Amino acid sequence: MKKILLSISMLLMSLSLLMAQENNQNTGILGLKKIPAVELKNLEGKTINTGDTINNGKPVIISFWATWCKPCVNELTTIEDVYEDWQKETGVKIIAVSIDDSKTSGNVKALVNGKGWDYEVWLDVNSEFKRAMNVNLVPHTFVLNGKGEIVWQHTSFSQGSELNLIEVVRKVAKGEKVE
Amino acid sequence: MKQRYLLVFIILCLLSAADLNAQGVEKFLQNSQVSGNFEFDGMYYNKDSLIGAADVPQKALMNTFANINYTNGPFSAGLRFENYLYALQGFDPRYKGIGVPYRYVSFEKDKFTITLGNSYDQFGSGLIYRAWQDFSLGYDNSLDGLNVKVRPWKGITLKGIWGLQRFYFTRSPGVIRGADAEFSINDMFKKLNDKSLKVTVGGSFVSKYQDANDAVYKLPKNVGSYAARASILYKNFSINGEYAHKINDPSAINNRIYKPGNATLVQMTYAKKGMGFYVAAIRTDNMSYKTDRDAIGSDLNINYIPAISKQTTYSLPAMYPYATQANGEFGFQAQSTFTFKKKSKLGGKYGTTFSLTYSQYNTINKEQIDDATPIDSTGTLGYASNFFKIGKQVNYQNFNLEFSKKVSKTFKMIFSYFYIMYNANIIEGHDIPNICSHTGIADLTFTINPKNSIRTEFQYMYTTQGEGSWMYALVEYTIAPKWFFSVCDQYNYGNPKSEKQIHYYGVSTAYSIGSTRIALNYGRQRAGIFCVGGVCRFVPAANGLTLTLTSSF
Repeated sequence: MKKILLSISMLLMSLSLLMAQENNQNTGILGLKKIPAVELKNLEGKTINTGDTINNGKPVIISFWATWCKPCVNELTTIEDVYEDWQKETGVKIIAVSIDDSKTSGNVKALVNGKGWDYEVWLDVNSEFKRAMNVNLVPHTFVLNGKGEIVWQHTSFSQGSELNLIEVVRKVAKGEKVE
Repeated sequence: MKQRYLLVFIILCLLSAADLNAQGVEKFLQNSQVSGNFEFDGMYYNKDSLIGAADVPQKALMNTFANINYTNGPFSAGLRFENYLYALQGFDPRYKGIGVPYRYVSFEKDKFTITLGNSYDQFGSGLIYRAWQDFSLGYDNSLDGLNVKVRPWKGITLKGIWGLQRFYFTRSPGVIRGADAEFSINDMFKKLNDKSLKVTVGGSFVSKYQDANDAVYKLPKNVGSYAARASILYKNFSINGEYAHKINDPSAINNRIYKPGNATLVQMTYAKKGMGFYVAAIRTDNMSYKTDRDAIGSDLNINYIPAISKQTTYSLPAMYPYATQANGEFGFQAQSTFTFKKKSKLGGKYGTTFSLTYSQYNTINKEQIDDATPIDSTGTLGYASNFFKIGKQVNYQNFNLEFSKKVSKTFKMIFSYFYIMYNANIIEGHDIPNICSHTGIADLTFTINPKNSIRTEFQYMYTTQGEGSWMYALVEYTIAPKWFFSVCDQYNYGNPKSEKQIHYYGVSTAYSIGSTRIALNYGRQRAGIFCVGGVCRFVPAANGLTLTLTSSF
């Protein structure tokens, strides 16, 4: 019995210790999430590690898309129109992660160039990164802060959503908190 | 009693260790990440004899899953719950009940990544091995066993797999063993890092074992396959190809013939800003590869044969999709996309994009092995095939021309034309004439103000075969970024049987907040084939209310 009491008291002690530390946590279980590390290829055939996603302290947008997904292509085309302005204003970098598999992945490069997009494009041909990021549907967009932590995400795209996205990026660029 | 003492002892040890090292605990928690996602698809069914929707005895059906992943530095673990009470119409009834068909632990140490439990992976383009999952398709052939990755040197990746396949809530009767090696030549040697010519080569070997006691035929218990691939990039140009070979593997799919199988996939791209060309060709010959020689349909596939035809989401042309024919096919696709720049003569104020696609699938050449043996005779070599001769029969043709333009700040338009020739005899096994259809689409988006917009779609499909001509209209109203409303009607006005000239109407609404989306849809759904990547499932006609909830954290 004594031992049980002792263990309960120690458990409580440890819990209170954890609670006290909660305020200091900004990552991990109690705070923001980092990007999981998965190896993918970019359009130039180079292997990249998703865990190294940073942009010199500036925000990053990660957008999951596919060549066969109309709203995805619509979202990236809409943003392309204003991407230059967004970059000048906030320093944001957009990474478009294609989840096309070997059926359509060969066409990604031709489509991205054909559309004249200036994004960095990663090829997630077997949805490994999609699974690691818990993406259900495309389009799914994440905003990362300067430290590469996920601060915001949204699924689906409709005309005008890009205005909401840049609002979030502006806040992140200024170091403000995002709801 | 002993067990209780042991438990207390373990807790004490853990807690004292934690207590003594508070910083360690903090670090442990900071590195700990829990994430996951969830999807609920539920439908309430109405009986609708007009469209052929059967009476569902349970009235309402649902498919649900939830993934939970935990990572802490090099360690990760996860599992997925799946519920089918009972599975939605159109899904295999073997998806039944509640279970945890997917769980794994994984860690990275030195140059190794070792995963035990379920894993997804693919070798090259998947011609001899691909484990993947698509919930909406009801497809999951994850490997339950061991998956090891090693990076012994920069630019070299070696993989090994060994396990059973998931098969609904059980596992495959056959075992898979395989290995893959990939060499990125430019990453391997510092001198070549920044050269504009980039070369990657790879090779893989896969073998399956399934016991056999056939009274008549001597069946191979071990069936091996290998593949070799290369990819070359030079400035704006790239080409990649893969060749795969499989030894004799008599199965239910190939009518138990002893012919070895092979597959070839070649893709080429030329792309620079504002234009992109893509050409692909695939030839497969007796390449169905399963862990059970008696399995049919898309059950227990070890490999993946991509269908390289245009995949569209517009509902009328999507009515006739192509499905991979693993016994043999020759496919070809060419696609080009151009954008005329902003503020140019042809581009106008906002630029104009054109795209042109053509794809075609034929059978492969098949000749009798000798005069006495008909093609595909069980227990023989089946047939002989000349690699360079294309079969005369056309399975599928798809021509698409698309034009998209932003006219002003408040108006965008897309016009699209499809010609599709669909050989239902080959693709569905229905002995009906080829269906040739012409479809025109106007997809228009009007922005009322920055948050409110209306999108309309008008589609018209002309055909005298199959179910005849269709019309389709859709109006969507969105309040960005959260609300979505739509009304649509699909009308089979040209059906040769007047009682089948039916309206398939639908209303839907959705609400998105962050990574959560809830959608409600009420209406009729026509019977059809739903495909992703050449894998298809048949969706029966239905009438009712669908609720979809997706979320991730």
